[in-house]
Amino acid sequence: MLVPVNWLKEYTDITVNTQEFCDGMILSGSNLETVEHFGGGIEKVVLGKILSAEPHPDSDHLSVCMVDAGEAEPLQIVCGAPNVKVGAFAPLALQGSKLPGGITIKKGKLRGVESFGMLCSAKELGYEDKVVPVAHKDGIWILEGEYTPGADFVKTMELEEDVVDFEITPNRPDCLSMLGMAREAAATFGTELRYPDTQCEAVKGNTADYIGVEIKKPELCRRYAARVVTDVKIQQSPWWLQKRLMHSGVRPINNIVDITNYVMLEYGQPLHAFDIRNIKAGKIVVDTAAEGELFTTLDGVERTLTSDMLLIKDGERGVAIAGVMGGLNSEIEEDTTTILFEAANFNGDSVRATSKKLGLRTEASSRFEKGIDPNLAEAAADRACRLVELLGAGNVCGGSVDCYPAAAEPRATAVRASRINHVLGIDIPAAEMESYFKALEMKVEMTADGDTMMVTPPSVRQDLLEEVDYVEEVARMYGYDKMPVTLPKISVRSKKSDKQNLRDLARESLLGMGLNELQTYSFVSPKGLDMIGIPEGSEKRKNIRLINPLGEENSVMRTLLTPNMLEVLGRNYSRNIPAAKAFEIGNTFLNITGDDGLPTEEDSLVMGIYGDKADFFTLKGYVEELMRKLGVKNIAFETESEAAAYHPGRCAKVSAGGTFLGLIGEIHPDVQDRYGIGTKTYVCELNFNRIFEASDRSIYYKPLPKYPAINRDIALLLNETVPAGDVMAAIRSEGGALLESVALFDVYRGKQVPEGQKSAAFTLTYRAPDRTLKDEEVVKVHEKVLKRLKEEWEAVLREM
Amino acid sequence: MQTQLKTILAEAKAQLEKIQTMAETEELRIRLLGKKGKLTEILRSMGSLSPEERKSFGQEANAARTEIESLLEEKFAAMKEAQKKLKFKAERIDVTEPGVPVKLGVQHPLTLTIDEISKVFMSMGFSVVEGPEVETVFNNFDALNAGPNHPARDLTDTFYITDDILLRTQTSPVQVRTLMKQEPPIMVISPGRCFRCDTPDATHSPMFHQVEGLVVDEGITMADLKGTLDAFAKDMFGSDARTKFRPHHFPFTEPSAEMDVTCFKCGGKGCRVCKGSGWIEILGCGMVHPNVLKVGGLDTEKYTGFAFGMGVERIAMLKYGVEDIRLFYENDMRFIEQFK
Repeated sequence: MLVPVNWLKEYTDITVNTQEFCDGMILSGSNLETVEHFGGGIEKVVLGKILSAEPHPDSDHLSVCMVDAGEAEPLQIVCGAPNVKVGAFAPLALQGSKLPGGITIKKGKLRGVESFGMLCSAKELGYEDKVVPVAHKDGIWILEGEYTPGADFVKTMELEEDVVDFEITPNRPDCLSMLGMAREAAATFGTELRYPDTQCEAVKGNTADYIGVEIKKPELCRRYAARVVTDVKIQQSPWWLQKRLMHSGVRPINNIVDITNYVMLEYGQPLHAFDIRNIKAGKIVVDTAAEGELFTTLDGVERTLTSDMLLIKDGERGVAIAGVMGGLNSEIEEDTTTILFEAANFNGDSVRATSKKLGLRTEASSRFEKGIDPNLAEAAADRACRLVELLGAGNVCGGSVDCYPAAAEPRATAVRASRINHVLGIDIPAAEMESYFKALEMKVEMTADGDTMMVTPPSVRQDLLEEVDYVEEVARMYGYDKMPVTLPKISVRSKKSDKQNLRDLARESLLGMGLNELQTYSFVSPKGLDMIGIPEGSEKRKNIRLINPLGEENSVMRTLLTPNMLEVLGRNYSRNIPAAKAFEIGNTFLNITGDDGLPTEEDSLVMGIYGDKADFFTLKGYVEELMRKLGVKNIAFETESEAAAYHPGRCAKVSAGGTFLGLIGEIHPDVQDRYGIGTKTYVCELNFNRIFEASDRSIYYKPLPKYPAINRDIALLLNETVPAGDVMAAIRSEGGALLESVALFDVYRGKQVPEGQKSAAFTLTYRAPDRTLKDEEVVKVHEKVLKRLKEEWEAVLREM
Repeated sequence: MQTQLKTILAEAKAQLEKIQTMAETEELRIRLLGKKGKLTEILRSMGSLSPEERKSFGQEANAARTEIESLLEEKFAAMKEAQKKLKFKAERIDVTEPGVPVKLGVQHPLTLTIDEISKVFMSMGFSVVEGPEVETVFNNFDALNAGPNHPARDLTDTFYITDDILLRTQTSPVQVRTLMKQEPPIMVISPGRCFRCDTPDATHSPMFHQVEGLVVDEGITMADLKGTLDAFAKDMFGSDARTKFRPHHFPFTEPSAEMDVTCFKCGGKGCRVCKGSGWIEILGCGMVHPNVLKVGGLDTEKYTGFAFGMGVERIAMLKYGVEDIRLFYENDMRFIEQFK
């Protein structure tokens, strides 16, 4: 809401400067976006009278003008505007003048003709295109009336003004008006509120003789007030009114349209003016449109209406879409002589739906949507008539046709002073609260208990419905800054859930291992699953789709984090980052409806690495250590050659005690290509919910060994296909209680090892907890181990 | 013999002076004290002396031996020391060369910010609770007192899965979940992801994070709200930070406020970060609207509460000077690694 401060002063006194005004308004609840200063940065721009204009000898669009700038001799000015008008005044930037934006005007030559300054357009003087009056929107600023040539333009036109742009929250549509803001200002600064003059001095004729109003849909139109003006003279509005509109962001068009806009800004009540010669049968009928009815709005667009849209009709046809836009068939034209002012109250939801369906949002529709006080209609219509009279724009007819079947009753709310103090943590007397309410034009009646007040707000305050709403009124009038600062007296203990703690632990562990943390979108492209070859019919394919995604690339909720990881790794690779190690812990979304009707969300953990000589076992090492830290025991890796995302010979299923956790592997070269990663990449994604379920972080101490261990190193020739994990499991099983540990310390292929075989070297550590082992004991067990290995895999013992 | 002894001693001293190496010292030791050493020989020849002479000469000879031994020992020690010095000199390293790289991983700046915020509130007794990203329209709007025509419900503002299910637009539905599940006293925060139909640009992201807070008990006041959030601001942004509460409007709180903090770049003098005002808007807050408390079945006469919510990206951007929100989701390693 743009509030020109000088205009606001018409309704209440503002004695402080703009900065203090803004600060005060912010603290009482009117937050502001910006303050704009009009008329600033302009120097040496004067009123010039155009004495003559001749075509430029060397150009078909320039004119050479002689302009009286109050000096002894007129100045020669070359001007390119099409609307140069001899005898009219226009702003003239003299040599050495300054214009907004730091522009300086110097003497110049245009196509060989000297120009001693520049005739200015409104845009050149700091106004946005959209507010330049229609009368001179494509040229220099042509003024109506007589001025003193050479007088300072900014001073004469009183251009300088601060305009404050207030941010109006949706609960306060009443503040989308000068009067609403004035009410706030008056309450904030303790000044009087002055209402505009709505009484015409002289009226002629009777509105009821020209028009009748019928509301056929009272649920969609609460009130329809109409007034008529005859002998209308369509012309430009006086400068003071144009200026107020321009500073409020509205383009002046002509006196009648300007009056409707002015009153809308003043009261917040949209008005519409019809040319009455086009209102058939002298009546207005408020009804819904016929389904599929075609109607051409003021902007010349033909629109198809539906039967739920409210249409203002005359005796025969539609003349305006209620609260949205008038019709082309009844608009104000140059030769309009009799007009009808409509000040109506349409249902906000209905206007909203219509405006949305038509894709047509107007100043009026956005105001109706937010809700308007039905009591405003009459005052607004009267005010418009009074302005017609003041501007000499026509003869106002007496009386009005005001259809208001169910007048809004004032509603009082019981408000307890004690409750207000209790909620705010303050202690002020009821009388003080009463004074705040009264400053906001509320009526207050204290009841017998001395605590409960019956408060009736002005009818524009449609946001005040229950006691809590008044708590806020007291809070903001008292001042949030004055409230004390205390801490809640609650005795609770701070907690995180076990799962949150485990997630934190996983994050810390992975960070400690050197992996960076990622955050990627929860909604992804469904193509990600194609890119990593997830088969049709897989659980992961049952994506949850958004009805209204921003685009296909963010259209489904992710079921896996792997595509996100690969995308991030690909992006980093393409940016020439030679190595990356990363992880993300985040939600995945499964299309399994839970008890609450919502899809199932599961935490997932993904790790991905490339570069730095990383290989499968680098990543596996991270996984193993992480699982030890998280207390996930009995982790097993089992060859997996079917997962399309991975190299068929370098992928494993990871499980814990038989529960599948996820996959780990080298990314398939085709998949790597799809993501633009030109180096081997390793990814592991694990279901974090299952990790959480498997996690047992209880720790129980084992005594330190008292007796020495005996180590036996063995190197075995094995077939390539024999998994080292199986061999180790067999060693453990045969080693029994005496075998403390087995570790694989070398795998060798090449010289001295036949094709298709590998040499695997293990250290077996034997120890008894209660005695020093004798060599014979170890030999016995060790032989058993070797026998089993030989039987099962024909493992040949190599010389170490 | 006594003269011999003296000569040996004098020679030994003279030689020790000259000797440069360990080997020479050892040689000398053998020459004097070895099996065939001069002193050994003299001692061995003592047998030819009379018992009296033997006794006195024996004493002298032993004294000489002890002296030589200790001189040799000193020499050995000195040589060892000298050797060490040489070794150390040879082993000298350039300590200004860089260390062997060890890289800790780096937490994402958004979770880092969430952790910082959480720690502050946990120190005040808040627990951390979580809610789903896919929510019901009821929890996200209806239960939070947003009217049926609230513009945020539009398809142009909110992502929908079905007519009744959406991607939550705020972490506030966790308030509703908490109120429905837990009896007061309630003191929780809830960090998480939120979604709104904003096309990504430097300051907008269709997905972002919030931290929500809720305190409900008997006798909770707006002064408590101010105190709690003022304490948060001081912990989070430095003990010099001051706060300002401005009236605002949210459907689920009343009275509602926005909290500004003195600009942490300029300390309140006014700069580019705070657009010259000296203040930075940090969060929205207010007293929980009775209609929301009623969703949890609470007696609104007995219980009051306050709630607040803040944008994690906004705080991280202000705090770390990040100018483009999209950087958080690009996950460029060079970006993340700056937050070590």
